[in-house]
Amino acid sequence: MSHRNGDNSGRRGSGWLTPSRRNILAGIAALPAMSLIPRTSFAEAPATSVVNTTGLAVTDTEVTVGILHSVTGTMAISETGSVEAEKLAIAQINEQGGVLGRKIKFIQEDGASDWPTFAEKAKKLLVNDKCASVMGCWTSASRKAVLPVFEQYNGMLYYPTFYEGLEQSKNVIYTGQEATQQIIAGLDWVTKEKGAKTFYLLGSDYIWPRTSNKIARKHIENHLKTKVVGEEYFPLGSTQFNSVINKIKLTKPDVIYAIIVGGSNVAFYKQLKAAGIDLSKQTLLTISVTEDEIDGIGGENIAGAYACMKYFQSLDNPNNKAFVAAFKKMWGEKTVIGDVTQAAYLGPWLWKLTAEKAGSFDIDKIAAASPGVEFKGAPEGYVRIHENHHLWSKTRVGRARPDGQYDLIYETKDLVEPDPFPKGYQ
Amino acid sequence: MIKTPRFLKRGDLMAMVALAVLLVVILPMTLDVFRLNLVAKYLTYAFVAIGLVLCWGMGGILSLGQGVFFGLGGYCMAMFLKLEASSVANTKIQSTPGIPDFMDWNQITQLPLFWQPFHSLTFALIAVVVVPTAFALLVGTAMFKRRVGGVYFAIITQALAAILTILIVGQQGYTGGINGITDLRTLKGWDIRSDHAKLILYFVEVACLFACIVVAILIRNSKLGRILVAMREKEDRVRFSGYNVANFKIFAFCAAAAFASIGGALFTLEVGFMSPSFVGIVPSIEMVIYTAVGGRLSIFGAVYGTLLVNFAKTSLSESFPQLWLFGLGALFIAVVLAFPNGLAGIWRDYVQVHLVRLIFRRRPPPGAVPGWTDDSVADAAAAE
Amino acid sequence: MFGDYSVGDLGAIFAMQAFAGLILFSVFVLMALGLAIIFGQMGVINMAHGEFMILGAYVTWMTKTVFQEYLPSLFAGYFFLAMALAFVAAGALGMLVEWTLIRHLYRRPLDTLLATWGLSLILQQAYRSIFGAREVGVELPEWMMGSKHITDTIEVQINGLFVMALTTLITCAVAYIIYWSRWGRQVRAVVQNRVMAGAVGINTEKVDRYTFGLGCGIAGVAGSAFTMIGSTSPTAGQLYIVDTFLVVVFGGAASLVGTIASAFTISQARSTLEFFLSGSMAQVLTLLAIVGILMLRPQGLFTLKVRK
Repeated sequence: MSHRNGDNSGRRGSGWLTPSRRNILAGIAALPAMSLIPRTSFAEAPATSVVNTTGLAVTDTEVTVGILHSVTGTMAISETGSVEAEKLAIAQINEQGGVLGRKIKFIQEDGASDWPTFAEKAKKLLVNDKCASVMGCWTSASRKAVLPVFEQYNGMLYYPTFYEGLEQSKNVIYTGQEATQQIIAGLDWVTKEKGAKTFYLLGSDYIWPRTSNKIARKHIENHLKTKVVGEEYFPLGSTQFNSVINKIKLTKPDVIYAIIVGGSNVAFYKQLKAAGIDLSKQTLLTISVTEDEIDGIGGENIAGAYACMKYFQSLDNPNNKAFVAAFKKMWGEKTVIGDVTQAAYLGPWLWKLTAEKAGSFDIDKIAAASPGVEFKGAPEGYVRIHENHHLWSKTRVGRARPDGQYDLIYETKDLVEPDPFPKGYQ
Repeated sequence: MIKTPRFLKRGDLMAMVALAVLLVVILPMTLDVFRLNLVAKYLTYAFVAIGLVLCWGMGGILSLGQGVFFGLGGYCMAMFLKLEASSVANTKIQSTPGIPDFMDWNQITQLPLFWQPFHSLTFALIAVVVVPTAFALLVGTAMFKRRVGGVYFAIITQALAAILTILIVGQQGYTGGINGITDLRTLKGWDIRSDHAKLILYFVEVACLFACIVVAILIRNSKLGRILVAMREKEDRVRFSGYNVANFKIFAFCAAAAFASIGGALFTLEVGFMSPSFVGIVPSIEMVIYTAVGGRLSIFGAVYGTLLVNFAKTSLSESFPQLWLFGLGALFIAVVLAFPNGLAGIWRDYVQVHLVRLIFRRRPPPGAVPGWTDDSVADAAAAE
Repeated sequence: MFGDYSVGDLGAIFAMQAFAGLILFSVFVLMALGLAIIFGQMGVINMAHGEFMILGAYVTWMTKTVFQEYLPSLFAGYFFLAMALAFVAAGALGMLVEWTLIRHLYRRPLDTLLATWGLSLILQQAYRSIFGAREVGVELPEWMMGSKHITDTIEVQINGLFVMALTTLITCAVAYIIYWSRWGRQVRAVVQNRVMAGAVGINTEKVDRYTFGLGCGIAGVAGSAFTMIGSTSPTAGQLYIVDTFLVVVFGGAASLVGTIASAFTISQARSTLEFFLSGSMAQVLTLLAIVGILMLRPQGLFTLKVRK
């Protein structure tokens, strides 16, 4: 086997092992690496043969990880923030001495907003580049496309987006919220605080909004004993919302529950405002609009809306202040940080902490060591990995300000347990 | 001059041998399984490109909806594989075991009726070709009988691609929605994800490709092929000569659809999932581009064009992820402006001429050059 | 679903729904006008039409930024200047594209489709490199936001009125240019018979270039106006392309009246269906109906009989 085409980028780490024989060669393989590179400066780091028994791209001084997001195509709008956050986290970890005495080197690949491309690139990162972990994906569709690849080639994916749940894998750490973490506390809050009795559910037409609305509907009807007066879906990229806005005016719901994504968001909130629906009077709760999206929508168009997230850029804690300052220093004063961006930032850190807990880069050991790993420096406060590879985290409700930031209105007292397969909500 | 009837001309035979050497010997020898699997993925688009040579290059019918047929073929295959992957044993944790996971998430408690027959591999394999072709027949009959052609046809097929995408995404309980049908593992118990299986699938695919190439060449060299070309050049004259133009157009469109559907089914096997992102407008246009780059009149050109564009796409996006769209866009424009006959045209005009001179010592044999192409786009355009 | 509402409520909803349909109608006309000129009059399939619209949107965003920084006192009126600039920028780019690209392809209309698709990829990436991958927010002056109360229950959106006024203005201007001005006669002459038009002394190259420029310029204005209701991002242009082409084709490519009639039909159908069904199904049904009607009436609603 040759790597004739694999070598062209010149950015590969020590991918000199072939995939099929890596197990046999693993022990021997470490020897030439050790003899080639003097280990004087990393005397404290554990030996490569110890921390890497499965032929990952780990040398005595470096460990290679992958970053896999869309930087082109329609999803580049959303995924740019995640790429920035992951690069920041990697830079910070390297400044502090890296992971197990090794600097992190990253290889970035472009998923091009195309699910098969994601699968192809994931395979390249795992098979060709032997990445010790991959930070990546954003949409559910891209995660579903790469999941079989990660399971087959035993890779480790840190997935940052809040998503619909119904999934759990040894090979994925979900650093965003699954649906119940984002939905239930928010609905409870709006019912208690606003006395909401009727809900109008809106969403873009794909799996995350549909599943989330399903959970919301079950919670509204079975637990809160209130009513859903309408449920509507729009094709991704749809820009015409006047008809549904009229329907909302007709049904006069207490709460508009909106899970609209991407460019449609901009159209929806602009048209909502133009139609004279005043968000300071009409309660609107969304789980899809982060500070990133507000940048495109325009703060003046969405001011007054409530969002249910786990992180807001305005959170007042020392971790977050340092994080926001470092982020702006690296990516410019004008960039904003949304929920997913923060979750993406957790990925490299959690992986570092896990690797140090496990004392190894081996995927199996990382997967086994993950439950219980705590990250006290998280901008959102404190997170811990659950046995199901999701994060314990708080649910927060914020209210949009005209300047595009959220004011924190409410947060759950305790960490909310992740429950990707919620009983009674399926 | 009376030509002896021959099914394959010498030029075609030589081109076929060259392609066979490349696909069967050179690529498998030099590439590792990962890269070879990528080639296999590219080659599935070559089926579509060959279909477009028949339909667009020869027949002059530009379809911007080939993704529809590619997708339908792929979905038929994926439905079978998904059902096999969703055996009761594999789906114990679901509230309704034995149905695909995405149905379970959408509170569907029973396998929908149109999924039932896909338990059978034979049915699925037949459906792979028949469903898209029947759909093409329907669309083609409706359009060509009413003499919808040219640009209108292109735009309507594009709208069809848009409609089908919205439908698949919207009916996620039955189709898997935007995620598509994922996590396909085995074919009749045979693990299609292993390296060994990938290798075998690659050769199966190459065999299918050659079968399609031979069929396409037979069509091109037959009287049917000549009528298609005549129709492209002067439709009215063909009609006045007593031919039923619509039927020939329908045939070309259906043939292209059938080729695309085979490509789609193989894609599902090679990549292990199918999603609506292949059905939409963008992939459909990209498939036309492959054909254009290869040379819209050349069957072999279509294969090389597909490989070249996809190689460029993969390697450019690996080394310059932010810039590859510039390159791709420029390639489209260059092909249309400077090389309307694509790779095949470059080969014919620059390489082959010199080769022939070299071989025959500056004396081309009477009866002209054994070519990939019989005519060219620019000539055709000038004749209008 | 109407059981629970009073007659007054229903009347108000009906009025607002009609108004929503009218806004959609204006939006469609605005999108399609530029293409109706380029595709209908010149036969060029401009797949980069959406990208020209987005260029207009980005010009608007830049104008907004400049006004916010340097001329905050005049912010209320920036939108008019932005639209003018959008017209000029998109028109100029259009003429450049015609000169470098399109003029070589008049004999091969289907090839213009491929070439302009390539162009659209390049433009998308150019926007991404220049303006960043994220969406940009175009802030409107205060007077353009919100709505006007006609009665207690009936409200009309000010930006909707604005789009309708703009559409009317541009449609009238285009109709005048194409049907009554000397230059318009030249355009139509070139469309109907290029060789003959050249023979009677019309500079066909110049006519082509300005026609293409005009079409692109109108796309730019449309894009600028759409910042009021839609998003501005490098790939947003792709969202418009199918709708736009269908409106033009459905109307009958060479007919301006046809374009307007088809925009009206499609927008009313969609807006009504959206009220009764979900957004996705409404879109599918409208598209299917259009395709079905086009099969029955391939040349669109209105046809221009021309000897070719």
